Amino acid sequence: MRQSAWRLTWRYALVALALVFFLFPLYWLVMISFKTPDEIFASPPVWWPAQIQFANYAVLFKDGDVDAIGNSLIVASISTVFAMVLGTMCAYSMTRFRTGGNHFAIWVISNRMIPPIVIVFPIFLLYVKLGWVDTRMGLILLYTAFNLPYVIWMMRGYIQDVPVELEESALVDGASRLQTFWLIVVPVIRGGLFATAVFTFVFAWNDFIFALVLTRNDAITFPVQVTHYFGGQSNFWAKIAAMSTLGTIPIFIAVAMLQKFLVRGVSMGAVKG
Amino acid sequence: MTNPNGQAFVSRRFKYGMVWPAVFIILLIGLFPIVYTAMVSVQNIDMMFEDTSFHGAVHYERLVADARFWQSILHTLIFMAIALPVELILGLLLALLFLDRLPGKQIFIALLILPVVTSPIIAGATWRLLFDNRFGPINQIVSWFTGEPVTILWTVDPAFVYPAILIAEIWQWTPFMFLLLLAGLANVDQSLSEAAELDGASFWQTFWHISLPIIKPVIFIACLIRALDLFRLFDVVWALTRGGPGTTTETVSIYAYVLAFQQFETSYAAALAVVIIALLSVVVVLALRRVEITR
Repeated sequence: MRQSAWRLTWRYALVALALVFFLFPLYWLVMISFKTPDEIFASPPVWWPAQIQFANYAVLFKDGDVDAIGNSLIVASISTVFAMVLGTMCAYSMTRFRTGGNHFAIWVISNRMIPPIVIVFPIFLLYVKLGWVDTRMGLILLYTAFNLPYVIWMMRGYIQDVPVELEESALVDGASRLQTFWLIVVPVIRGGLFATAVFTFVFAWNDFIFALVLTRNDAITFPVQVTHYFGGQSNFWAKIAAMSTLGTIPIFIAVAMLQKFLVRGVSMGAVKG
Repeated sequence: MTNPNGQAFVSRRFKYGMVWPAVFIILLIGLFPIVYTAMVSVQNIDMMFEDTSFHGAVHYERLVADARFWQSILHTLIFMAIALPVELILGLLLALLFLDRLPGKQIFIALLILPVVTSPIIAGATWRLLFDNRFGPINQIVSWFTGEPVTILWTVDPAFVYPAILIAEIWQWTPFMFLLLLAGLANVDQSLSEAAELDGASFWQTFWHISLPIIKPVIFIACLIRALDLFRLFDVVWALTRGGPGTTTETVSIYAYVLAFQQFETSYAAALAVVIIALLSVVVVLALRRVEITR
């Protein structure tokens, strides 16, 4: 369908409007992180700082607040690895051998639907008895469990797309089941594996409620750290903005990488994004 | 005997060995919480006493009579009833805007979905800074339209807390709807809608009678995911109002948190948790059956 220049202009105008609405809050957040205290607490507000300065970030490093980012990184990456390995194995068996059948599949994904507050409450009582509150290990275990249903569900879809013939020829050539899985199936679904791993990481990285309940100081993650800056009268705006920016930019970069991969995956490798 | 893939030669050890490590860990969230909260909910544990003897359904009876509990359900449903349709319609309109050829499309999409991957608590914190009555830009922007200085207390004034939370919520999740619906619409066979337009159907007629029925499953799944998310709404409300002023914006999840971790009403909170699980299980199982059938 051909479109007139008039119509295209209109569409761009609407797209611009949407971009302003959806990006302005993020712009504002990042800009606060570059402002001086005078600029942050100016009325009417300052829309762009006089100069980009990193003093607010330096404070985070000086005060040791960045430890929370380190905790987030450790907890999110290790739980992602566990969930990906166990989940992909489970998905393979479910897809190829119909292990557990449809009821099992529905049970698996339904675990993802329970509100986190309902899960974390008994887990907290358990961790208190085990002495696991405020430990990274405790968080890693919970994130692994919570993300496993997602990984299994996603990988089931990707494995279903792998032709069975590919595996059969390897089996006929004398490969074991496990070898077939690792050497034939896993390389074929690496795109899906990568995309799923990124999302799994993001879920753990962005989580608030589990970390709010299960961490105090030693294992505190960055979203909980940010909420600690909101206090009665004086809000540490500079720290809120700098910490949030620090914790959000890596996610934006990861998703940007993912999109290149998505374009490639959708176009069957014809377009290398 | 062969399975549907025609592979007879797989050992049971391999088949189940691949599954049980994952299942074992999922039980931590899939079985343990239900069993444990059900157990605690019939005991009588709070901040003062740890009475583990059987007390029957006292906490459930108290819950039924608890006005704050019913209000928290009402608040949650209000958020859902407004946010879900708005996100769906805005997301659909955005998707239609992107459907035709549009140079720069990929970059615009990449930028538009950034709110979705932002941590919800960070999104809430960001909106709290934006809504600040003195140093935030929103009152300033409103004052451009009203022509006089505006000092709305967005996160405190009972008349504005719902709009504030809903704006933040809709800001964050409309792009999610947009992304899923765009993927759905892009898969609609172009020749169908072109044929309809040749027959004289208008753009909206074509959309309503041809595209919409085809993307119905995508809409269903997108709405299901969002509805379940909205039912557990916590982060954005926590960042903006913590359920306040008073309990005006308290959702079910926030009430459960307050009971369990601020008032230490352990057994009572457990009863609430059991009720939430029971309510959801019915909805979830029915919905998933439908999804699984359409797969």
